[in-house]
Amino acid sequence: MAALQDSSRDSGTAEPLRVSRDGDAWVLSIVGALDVSTIGRLDGRIRRLDPGEARAVRIDLSQVDSLDTAGAWVVQRLTHRLESGGRAVSIVGAKPTQAALIERVGRTEDRETVIAPKSHPLLAVVQQTGEQTFARISDAKKITAFFGLVAITLVRSLAMPWRIRYVSLVHHMQQAGLNAIPITTLLSVLIGVVLAYQGAFQLQRFGAEIFTVNLIGISVLREIGVLMTSIVIAGRSGSAFTAQIGTMKVNQEVDAMITIGLDPAEVLVLPRVLAMMFTLPMLVFLADIMGLFGGGVMCLLVLDITPTQYLNQLHGAIGPWTFWVGIIKAPVFAFVIAMVGCYEGMQVSGSAESVGKLTTKSVVESIFLVILLDAMFSVLFANLGI
Amino acid sequence: MAEDFVIRCKDVRTQFGTTVIHDNLDLDVQRGEVLGVVGASGAGKSVLLRTIIGLNKHVAGNIEILGQDMDRLSVKARKHVQERWGVLFQDGALFSSLTVAQNVQVPMKEHTNMPQALMNELAGVKIEMVGLSRDACAKYPSELSGGMRKRAGLARSLALDPEILFLDEPTAGLDPISAAAFDELIRSLQRSLQLTVFMVTHDLDSLAAICDRIACLVDKRVKIGTMQELMQDQHPWLQAYFHGPRGRSARKAG
Repeated sequence: MAALQDSSRDSGTAEPLRVSRDGDAWVLSIVGALDVSTIGRLDGRIRRLDPGEARAVRIDLSQVDSLDTAGAWVVQRLTHRLESGGRAVSIVGAKPTQAALIERVGRTEDRETVIAPKSHPLLAVVQQTGEQTFARISDAKKITAFFGLVAITLVRSLAMPWRIRYVSLVHHMQQAGLNAIPITTLLSVLIGVVLAYQGAFQLQRFGAEIFTVNLIGISVLREIGVLMTSIVIAGRSGSAFTAQIGTMKVNQEVDAMITIGLDPAEVLVLPRVLAMMFTLPMLVFLADIMGLFGGGVMCLLVLDITPTQYLNQLHGAIGPWTFWVGIIKAPVFAFVIAMVGCYEGMQVSGSAESVGKLTTKSVVESIFLVILLDAMFSVLFANLGI
Repeated sequence: MAEDFVIRCKDVRTQFGTTVIHDNLDLDVQRGEVLGVVGASGAGKSVLLRTIIGLNKHVAGNIEILGQDMDRLSVKARKHVQERWGVLFQDGALFSSLTVAQNVQVPMKEHTNMPQALMNELAGVKIEMVGLSRDACAKYPSELSGGMRKRAGLARSLALDPEILFLDEPTAGLDPISAAAFDELIRSLQRSLQLTVFMVTHDLDSLAAICDRIACLVDKRVKIGTMQELMQDQHPWLQAYFHGPRGRSARKAG
């Protein structure tokens, strides 16, 4: 064993590529290891080897102590290059296993491999724009169709309320509603605090700090309460819907349902949509109260507005519609979030990878739609004068 | 010489929570053999493979791979051992964001200093060696069939010419003709690359066709021997396994 190690160390330091002449023949002797550990250093040199005028070449492998596929390939490549230059090449001294390996690697003229599909960068931009456009159009079509499907299922279920899956409905109300209470509460309080803080500093300059209360009341009730809650729920429950249904698609559970005669829209989608529509308004109500509470606390601490003053001012600031304008949007947002979540889940095909991709997509889409709808509501309410 | 055994397990015990999977398990794998690991579903075949390659912790005993005790190695030394084995997971476990050729190059990039041009050539060589056409190089795993993914996974596990090849149910999910071809491929690669193959399988045909020895997981330990030896064994599970209808037909064919 010791002797073996010594010799391998010798060959490591010795010149691994030895070129000599034997009569007319040009002889290349390779010494030591010709494998992945050494090939990185030798590859460039082997590529540049040039036997000059010699017409006969001998590659001597008798001193090669380890040869792997990489080494065998390099020998094959060298042989091929020299042969195509019109020389006669022979490989000598290879052990039977090494010869077999060289044979196995085979000889192909050009092994330069395309490792990834290539395309022109400008062309790729055009191609992607086109692909994305068509994908959006087909998405819009499909989501409209899905909207119709859910609407029909909803109406049918309301006509036959005994067909609604109540256990599933309650389960999702707990998941999407009850379990979201802590995060919604915390966020709303913080939003109230932030609004009060910012409002107080700006309005103090005009001596109008009491109007901080109006600012908090109107913005929280009309916009911020419902918007923040919807965004949190889209990220929290909309994505969960996509992931759950998507995983079921991957496991072919959805296919199994259809073959048993269950309607996925009724069993999977409807309970989620209904649960979301029931619970989001309640969460928004909670968010409203908590936002006002957070704002009140800050008013007390920063502006010395007592709770009584705060409530009086609030009472004067908000009209009867202020609260309803916010809360009325909640079921609509809920419907959109749940529908997008379920739709994207249904789009999952085959791989686990697409679950992740579509979950992201579902969150982005539902937040986008929520904000878009919110803008449309603003225009509507402005025209209605409320 | 100790090196004649490329894998040595001694008194290995693995458990999940309180469920003991292996207890006092001894297993030696000889250099250059094809070892098939069989056992009932849930007997811990894949767990054994995962334990040997270090994806599962064993709670007692020690495992030596290529003469090195994996538990006592430094990170660097462990990496060095990892260069000398290749693992084929059940469905190939190809990186989905990379093409087949890029997948094959991942171990090369990590462990060697080969120039990119040579790596591209070698990726082509390996991919053709496992019986895929060169068109497959630039394809993504999602564009391949199950059998092709397995072959691509095999090409990746062979990227560094390993000494040990671990296969987790290589023929599961393949039709009998593809399965036989895959067996043949493994056998011929094993001969030309002088691999030691550790193969978890359910496939009696594979066992009969290419395995030198068979390790059978029964009662949380292994019984090891050639197919003939294990067929003589009186253990009821082995009797049922080899003398059941499927066992008989595989034996006839083999």
